[in-house]
Amino acid sequence: MQYLLLCCFDETRWAQMPDAQKDKIMQEYDAFIQNIVKSGHFRASTKLQPTSMATTVREQHGQRITTDGPFAETKEQIGGYHLIECQDLDEALVIARRIPTLCVGGAIEVRPVVPPSER
Amino acid sequence: MNLGELHRREYGRILASLIRAVKDFDLAEDALQEAFAVALAQWPAQGPPQNPVAWLISTARHKAIDQLRRRALAESKRDDIAALVAEEEDTPVPLDALRLIFTCCHPALAPEAQVALTLRTICGLATEEIARAFLVPTPTLAQRLVRAKAKIRGARIPYEVPGDDELADRLDSVLTVVYLVFNEGYAASFGAELVRADLCAEAIRLSRLLVELLPAEREPKGLLALMLLHDARRATRTDDEGAIVLLEDQDRSRWDRVKIAEGSALVEQALRGRPPGAYAVQAAIAALHAQAPSARATDWPQIAALYSVLVSLHPSPVVELNRAVAIAMADGLEHGLALLDTIHLSGYHLLPAARADLLRRLGRHAEAAAAYRHALGLVTNAAERRFLERRLAEVTHPTP
Repeated sequence: MQYLLLCCFDETRWAQMPDAQKDKIMQEYDAFIQNIVKSGHFRASTKLQPTSMATTVREQHGQRITTDGPFAETKEQIGGYHLIECQDLDEALVIARRIPTLCVGGAIEVRPVVPPSER
Repeated sequence: MNLGELHRREYGRILASLIRAVKDFDLAEDALQEAFAVALAQWPAQGPPQNPVAWLISTARHKAIDQLRRRALAESKRDDIAALVAEEEDTPVPLDALRLIFTCCHPALAPEAQVALTLRTICGLATEEIARAFLVPTPTLAQRLVRAKAKIRGARIPYEVPGDDELADRLDSVLTVVYLVFNEGYAASFGAELVRADLCAEAIRLSRLLVELLPAEREPKGLLALMLLHDARRATRTDDEGAIVLLEDQDRSRWDRVKIAEGSALVEQALRGRPPGAYAVQAAIAALHAQAPSARATDWPQIAALYSVLVSLHPSPVVELNRAVAIAMADGLEHGLALLDTIHLSGYHLLPAARADLLRRLGRHAEAAAAYRHALGLVTNAAERRFLERRLAEVTHPTP
């Protein structure tokens, strides 16, 4: 079963953090990724540019409108994702709890992926 | 044992074994429902089988196999069927019941869904019964159950007992569900009836199961003790008209001595080892109340000390409130009153009610009346409201 870990964190808080602390978290992140690659859970990972780079397209009154910014103005922003292969939700939650950016006002949404047989 | 009693006692255990075998909540529930229907039709005429539980399990398993065969025409479920036909065991496996409890109380499910699912699957309560007990419309509760089961399937919430590293945390959420069921029964937060005995009985049954299945854990024993000791006083908590009778005014000769003895023995076991668990400490407090020969003879200094332990384990304004009342009784009413004034708990009727009671005992009737009026503005339970109104009348028109 595959799970998508949507990693959210507080961009403002991250930006205000001293570089040394950022470096330390990023090192922990590298170790985390290496670890889930080694354990066989890793399928894919992506780090996103900040929401200041985001553009949103939506439909309004039958027109496709393009606007600057993310689709929702929230305190936490999606900063990246990991796709992992796990036995069950508990295994996915154990991995989610180890994500280093949780300490930066973060939250991880764990979403099961629709299995290929049900698509 | 008649069929109704069998349903009450064995439903959860049988269902747990079936769920493990068929790996599908709905299929297992339907199959077991059908097996009970067959029993209801056959047993009265033919007499019950020698081993009714084994009969129910094997009948339900065959119903599930039939159902899977019908589905298999459309899908490829042949492996599942083969595994199910090969399975021979016909007694409930205790570990299965434990697995099912942990699945039903998984933190990935909403708390109200955990409660509903536990009562439905482990206790075998009907959807309508659970809806009535929690005063929600039946379709709402049914919807809650459907969503929870869909999430168990869709997100693949495992059907297993958590490993040692997670057991304490996960057990905590199981015990929370059990205690919630008990409290909902013991002091219904809305409505006219103060005690709904059936929910209390279900909660006690659940915690007995946990004590039996997790003998090395202390907190299930603490929780069972706590509930038994509260439940022992159930008959004396209200009078014939359903009005509240306070602990100090209850007829102690009518307390259930068997439950008190069992609860007290469990407290001893639950308190072994350090640090003590929060349920064990609360049970120890309840035991001191239950063992006191009269209200005057209550060991308030010891109760106040136990509340201090509880504050250090689980700091919360509600625990502070109870500690302040115990200190008032142990060290003097004014001392307790001063402590109450440091607690902030907006919207909770028991804080002004406790202040009012201490003021009343001090003979400061005008201040007590104001505090009772404050509490009356916040209370939701009808029996508690009547009690506060009675007290308010006493302090506004004191009898000489």
